[in-house]
Amino acid sequence: MTDFILKRMVSLVLPFVQMLGLYVIFHGHLSPGGSFSGGIITGLSLIAFSLVFGLERGQEKVSERMMSLVESFGALWYGAMGLVGILRGTTFLMNKGAGVPLGAPGKLYSGGLILLITLGVGLKVASTMVTLFVALMEEEE
Amino acid sequence: MHPYMADALNIVFLSFLVVVAIAVSYVKDLLYAAILLGAYSVTIALIWLLMSAPDLAITEAAAGIGMTTLMIAVISKIGRKGE
Repeated sequence: MTDFILKRMVSLVLPFVQMLGLYVIFHGHLSPGGSFSGGIITGLSLIAFSLVFGLERGQEKVSERMMSLVESFGALWYGAMGLVGILRGTTFLMNKGAGVPLGAPGKLYSGGLILLITLGVGLKVASTMVTLFVALMEEEE
Repeated sequence: MHPYMADALNIVFLSFLVVVAIAVSYVKDLLYAAILLGAYSVTIALIWLLMSAPDLAITEAAAGIGMTTLMIAVISKIGRKGE
């Protein structure tokens, strides 16, 4: 696609879409939304970029290898956060019982490990969506 | 909101849902079908919001409107067109 208006509009809107996605991920335990919705919004911003500017420029921004690395990192991060409970002598994914400070209710840091777990899941969902899209687009050629 | 108004909105949304769902199966071009599916997802997201489930509404808006429509649009671009 070589539409001038489309390109300008997308480059204007995409930073805000990415901010919204990260906001939904980080406020998953306070407001509606969470890692899945926020990850999809973040992945959609990357997909929209490579859909409008072409697959090559999208691959320059985030390569397929980097996306698969981020995807594996998200899953491993979730497992590592779960191991915190076991290393502290309690069960898998234990949060307060393992001695993690919870913070003040209503603030951004108020869920202990939940924020970090949500970040990992959000990264995994976003990179999975981009990988799926790239695989579908490469089938076309 | 007045309780009758919520009922009226529900009836409007649900009948629109039925109309769109039937229309998807009658459209020949896959791109038009994907756009109609997006309209279906918008209606369902509004219904979730009306039933005070904003969490589901956000997920439906992101996954249903964004992801499904985009994926089907890409598949229809590849060329698996119906006759």
